[in-house]
Amino acid sequence: MLSLIQADAGEISLFGKPLKNNRSEILSNIGSIIEKPDFYKYLSAYKNLELLARISGSSVSKSALYDILEFVGLHGREKHKFKTFSHGMKQRLGIAQALMHDPDLIILDEPTTGLDPQGIVDIRNLILKLSQEQGKTVILSSHQLSEIEMIANRMVIINKGRTIIEGRVDELLNTSKMVVRFQVDDPSRAVKLIEKDFHSVQGVSTDNRELEFEIEKMEIADVAESFVKNGLRIYGIEQKRKLEDYFIKMIAEV
Amino acid sequence: MILKSTYNELIKILAKPRSYIGFGALTLLIGVILIAMKADGENFISFVTASFEQSLSFNGDILNGNLMAFIILQMLIIHVPLLVALVTGDLVSGEAAMGTLRMMATKPISRNAILGSKFLAGAIYTFLLTLWMAFMAYGVGQWMFGTGDLIVLNNDGLVIIPADDIAWRYIYGFALAYLSLLSIATMSICFSVFSDNSIGPIVSTMAVIILFTIIGSLDVPSFNNVQPFLLTTHMASWRSLFEIPVPISDILNSICILLAHILGFTGIALWKFNKKDITT
Repeated sequence: MLSLIQADAGEISLFGKPLKNNRSEILSNIGSIIEKPDFYKYLSAYKNLELLARISGSSVSKSALYDILEFVGLHGREKHKFKTFSHGMKQRLGIAQALMHDPDLIILDEPTTGLDPQGIVDIRNLILKLSQEQGKTVILSSHQLSEIEMIANRMVIINKGRTIIEGRVDELLNTSKMVVRFQVDDPSRAVKLIEKDFHSVQGVSTDNRELEFEIEKMEIADVAESFVKNGLRIYGIEQKRKLEDYFIKMIAEV
Repeated sequence: MILKSTYNELIKILAKPRSYIGFGALTLLIGVILIAMKADGENFISFVTASFEQSLSFNGDILNGNLMAFIILQMLIIHVPLLVALVTGDLVSGEAAMGTLRMMATKPISRNAILGSKFLAGAIYTFLLTLWMAFMAYGVGQWMFGTGDLIVLNNDGLVIIPADDIAWRYIYGFALAYLSLLSIATMSICFSVFSDNSIGPIVSTMAVIILFTIIGSLDVPSFNNVQPFLLTTHMASWRSLFEIPVPISDILNSICILLAHILGFTGIALWKFNKKDITT
């Protein structure tokens, strides 16, 4: 999509135009990070952005560059050399270069790779902000399935270069239902209670002090209430991510 | 876009410490030669002219700025390519190794413009390096040793060029030296397109120069057919400007062959770079 590698076959169209004949026009409307953002380590953050802005196809003012550095949380580090940056800061600078020319489409390839937990949360919030507040379309490629589940509206699962499934995340995962794991003192009695009172529950399984089942989101509180009323002790309730299971199931079916 | 990108390339070259190694090395080497000749040049000249003293009598100041520039240019023309390749060999492969080439290639600039700007920046850097060599060898040489007639030993014997007939020869001489170095620069950029690390193109460039120099100097019949087309054969073409009369056709031939190398390396590099999958 960014014309980094030669196409073996077929044609790519973006914004309704074939990439081959409209490369400059299309790329000037795309911002991207491919895996880890690489910059000139001997130049400052601002100088790096200035160089890339010059070939971005749009005129980006000095103040716009400072604004975008502030937006990604690099205020005060503009003049620092790239080689002094932490991984999280490098990632933020990568996002800054992807956004500086105000593109409509942003392509982020593994943007949270190698980040610490706080860094992952920051990048996730930044992506949500871009999508929800600025109306940008973000194409996010990631192996962090929990991230995709939390961020994406639509998803495509690709295995060995072929699309396995494509659609809205909530529809594909049926997010009105979720898999939950209860830790209780007597799982077998809990199973009996569920089978008796909650007919919509599916896929009940038990393991030592845990039981796991799929249930409508609205019924989780009712199940917990029923357990307590019947003298069961609850030690924990945990929502299990569904995309991971869904992904493994899809790959297995191929 | 290519001009903006060339400006970017020059900023990158100026920001890299290795870009100054060439200027530093030239200053040091030429400085050492000039100081050594200032201190002990008379003995050196006596040693060289001793074999002619039975048939010729030398009067005046043979050890002058013009002779110094000639000696320095002759000594350095084989070594300066390393200083050029140190920067130009890194222009594409260095960025591939750093990962910045991929970042550039995602921008709305054509691959021809990316590579074209690197060639232009490499040509400007080579020009500045040649200019510095000219300033140090000719300018500082004149300042330290003054002017005078130039005595050059060629294949045909001694050539004596009057002082007022020398400046133009050096102007064209350094222009020819620039053309030679430019062909080295394009060769190293071409090698750089094929590599993803900086060392490979620099070492390959020097290996080719050494190999061509050896082939060019060996009097082996099978090499005789290729020698006229070797890059290194024409790197010393500037010397022809210090012959009387100046062999214009030989010089034009050298210019054509050097230009053919420049165009050839540029063409190969553009072809490869446009086909290249940029994955790092």
